[in-house]
Amino acid sequence: MTPSVMDEGAVAKSVRGRRLRARLTPYTLLFPGGIWLAIFFVVPMFAMLVLSMSPGDIVHGFTPDFSWQSFHDAYIYGIQTYQTQIIRSLIYGVVSTVLQIAIAYPIAYWLAFRAGSRKTTYLFLLLLPFFVSFVLRTQSWQFMLRDDGIVLSPLKSLHLLPQNYHVLATTTAVIGGLTYNYLPFMILPIYVALERVDPRLIEASYDLYASKIAAFRRIILPLSLPGIFAGVVITFVPVVSDYVNAQILGGTSNTMVGNVIQNQYLINQNYPVASGLSFTLMALLLIGIFAYARALGTEDVLEATAR
Amino acid sequence: MSDFLKDPTLLRGLTSRRMGRRGMLKAAGATAAGLGLAACGVKGKAVTPAAPDAAAKFWAGKVGKGHVNFANWPLYMDPKKPELAKFTKDTGITVTYTEPINDLPTFFAKIQPQLAAHQSIGYDLMVITNGIQFKDCVELGYFAPLDHSKLVNFTKNVAPKYTQEAYDKGNVYSVPWASGITGIAYNPKYVTTPPTSLQDLKNPKYKGKVGMFSDIEEIGVFAMLAVGANPETSTPDDWHKAANWLKEQKDSGAVRKYYDQGYADALSSGDIWICQAWSGDIFQENVSNGSDLKFVVPSEGGTLWTDNMTIPITADNPVDAQTLMDFFYDPAIAASLAEYINYITPVPGAQDVIKTDAAAATGDDKAFLDSLSSSPLVFPSADDYKKLHYYRDFANAAEQHSYSAIFEPIVTS
Repeated sequence: MTPSVMDEGAVAKSVRGRRLRARLTPYTLLFPGGIWLAIFFVVPMFAMLVLSMSPGDIVHGFTPDFSWQSFHDAYIYGIQTYQTQIIRSLIYGVVSTVLQIAIAYPIAYWLAFRAGSRKTTYLFLLLLPFFVSFVLRTQSWQFMLRDDGIVLSPLKSLHLLPQNYHVLATTTAVIGGLTYNYLPFMILPIYVALERVDPRLIEASYDLYASKIAAFRRIILPLSLPGIFAGVVITFVPVVSDYVNAQILGGTSNTMVGNVIQNQYLINQNYPVASGLSFTLMALLLIGIFAYARALGTEDVLEATAR
Repeated sequence: MSDFLKDPTLLRGLTSRRMGRRGMLKAAGATAAGLGLAACGVKGKAVTPAAPDAAAKFWAGKVGKGHVNFANWPLYMDPKKPELAKFTKDTGITVTYTEPINDLPTFFAKIQPQLAAHQSIGYDLMVITNGIQFKDCVELGYFAPLDHSKLVNFTKNVAPKYTQEAYDKGNVYSVPWASGITGIAYNPKYVTTPPTSLQDLKNPKYKGKVGMFSDIEEIGVFAMLAVGANPETSTPDDWHKAANWLKEQKDSGAVRKYYDQGYADALSSGDIWICQAWSGDIFQENVSNGSDLKFVVPSEGGTLWTDNMTIPITADNPVDAQTLMDFFYDPAIAASLAEYINYITPVPGAQDVIKTDAAAATGDDKAFLDSLSSSPLVFPSADDYKKLHYYRDFANAAEQHSYSAIFEPIVTS
């Protein structure tokens, strides 16, 4: 063995080692996130998928068999029995999201362009109520809107409203609750998007004889679309699967699919149907979000949400 | 061309098929899938009926630690808890009293995973109603078998009826806390003609102002009585008829909401005018809120249920829990409890204690205690019992499933 050969071998080894490391770098970087996803997303999802195909009961256990029958019992039975609630949830989701955009956009616009030096104070005030628990706030609405409560009772005694008029246990109450509870999650992304609009662009548009409306329509609105998109993605999914508002503010014909899933899990202990309904809902939501992304012309949903 | 490109290993690296990141993730996914498949499914554990020596085995070597964690329903004890104070004074055992049980299915779903894993649920004594979950707990072996040699007061003072209940004959796992009646409650401010029949829950006069229970056993019994079936011996045919009655009621817009708790509050505030209710709740709502709600047992009959003290098999302090169980069978304590909660006490001797108390009391207190000692809601007569029915006792899981499948969609609509 000559010294030169030895050198050559050592060099090859170190090059190989470096290249190996270089090739592994992306995976190493991916590792923490990957583990996170695996433990908190992939594994539970997978467990739920298997559970949806496992007939049985709580006493004898649920054993996966992946048969057509168990698919039918979990998915087709679930969808057939609870299609009203699924459709209702989607409608509530769409209506509430549209309302949220309508309310959130002017607020975010005002905060971004008009609030001046007190901007942070206003933002803080906006978020202040949301430091209180979501359930407590909903419960307080229930207290406020009681049939003989502090809002309706005076109106009734003035004969402005009929005696049996009620707000609770109506669709309006549930959609109102949903809109109220998720509003900040719509305001914030829109605000961030508007905040980033370069004022010089707006000035430039005025220099080019754009009217205020034209400047809004052709400069500000398009530049804030990613914010709206992010807001919709963040709020639509939880709104559709919400069960607290329907439970507290709703009546007998406002049950949402979230309530059904909760009941099937916790009350009936029918895990397969509950998992089946969860997957059905998830599929519908994914389809909805992607259809929305296509309609908005956003090429890549992931890219848009990352912005 | 730089030197390192001459390296043959690099050339091989550049030309051979590499596994992309996507491929790697796919492979990882497939591996996870394989592992997952093997680990999924939820295990059940049906146990054979308790062996005669099960209790002896369970209690062997167990000693008192001086503390009990007691899980009960809301509105089930005087908030000042005089009984527990006396217990601590007499025995030195401290009690942490909590009210985590709002409805049984949800409570069961919460404790079930821990019990299945043989872990402590943090409670030593819990009050479970006869019915589906009670049965599940027995079948899954979640209840500790009781040591009757330590239940001295119970043996001496319990009403014979309560040792023969079908759901736990001989009190192997449970002793009653209280029984109650499900009937109709109404707010006389809005409902001027006192309701007598279950059909009043469908009365168009009260459209949108009727409250029903969300518990499928509770609404099931009422609907079966309304269509003239006997709940205890009902058939699936009766269930369908009953479900139709409930559907009609709902579709007519009569029902405001299906409640678990919170109905008493809604009734006194006027959100609902008439509802399905538990006898003692209405009494306590009147006492604590000064409301004037009324309670009737419908002419078709009412529901009778029994809430039972049980010890979870994984309890940290079973000995102290059993001591507390027995303590509530002292007639003086049972009377004190009944005076506040106004539910049926399993201790008949409490009636004499209340009568003695009444004789010693004056004014309003006397009137109250007199009415309590003769109240059919606390001390029902044999005739009263005839009008009351238990929930349907399901022979097996399949039967219970078909019952749930019929009634569940009505409540979640």
